[in-house]
Amino acid sequence: MSLFNIFDIASSAMSAQTERLNVTASNIANADSAAGPDGEAYRAKQVVFQAVPSDEANGNGPAKVRVAGVVEDASPARKVFDPKHPLADGQGYVTMPNVSIVDEMVNMMSASRSYQSSVEVMNTAKTLLEKTLSLGS
Amino acid sequence: MIDALDQFMRFQTEALKLRSQRQELLAANVANADTPSYKAVDFDFAKALKAATDTQPGAAAPAPEVLYRQPAQASLDGNTVEMDAERAQFADNTVRYEAALKFLNAQLKTMLAALQS
Repeated sequence: MSLFNIFDIASSAMSAQTERLNVTASNIANADSAAGPDGEAYRAKQVVFQAVPSDEANGNGPAKVRVAGVVEDASPARKVFDPKHPLADGQGYVTMPNVSIVDEMVNMMSASRSYQSSVEVMNTAKTLLEKTLSLGS
Repeated sequence: MIDALDQFMRFQTEALKLRSQRQELLAANVANADTPSYKAVDFDFAKALKAATDTQPGAAAPAPEVLYRQPAQASLDGNTVEMDAERAQFADNTVRYEAALKFLNAQLKTMLAALQS
């Protein structure tokens, strides 16, 4: 029954967006996790979404969402000049994570809006199913 | 007798079935709004309903021809979901599903009245 399938599709989108929100939270939390001259600074992470057919055995049907993987942002680390910092290198630079707070905030808002859309889709499907169940009464 | 009942309600039943299939496609479009390279899909409801009601009673209705949507503003990551359009179509389809349900319910009530009087 098609309408039941909507629950699967919407919930796959919701869990994918939750994962994206999780990664964003981790990025924002670690935006200032400095690293020493030899240690690696925290690198921003991004999720990669992938569309998968809901009928995986036959490879057709409307697409669900899956997180294909979490990749590290390849952009260079931020160098901050702060000679007094205990983790500063010989030239007085501290290696800071390559997290862009603006990007992450945008990611967060986008994820939360997409999540809300999926909730609404799910609610609509539920209402329609309930109405269909009361057919003939 | 059963065949006559079936024929009487066939149109609305097929409409309801197609509406629920379309609802599923639109839900998939909304779900994949952030998936790179995802292409939004939909089908021509009028054409699908015509094909379904034109088939012989008893024979399975043909599956609707699912096509890719032409985006008004293509996005750089290859995704063609336009959230505003999808949400509008979704709301529209919801109302029309409910309408088909109402019509079917009324037909059932009519039949029931005829049977019981």
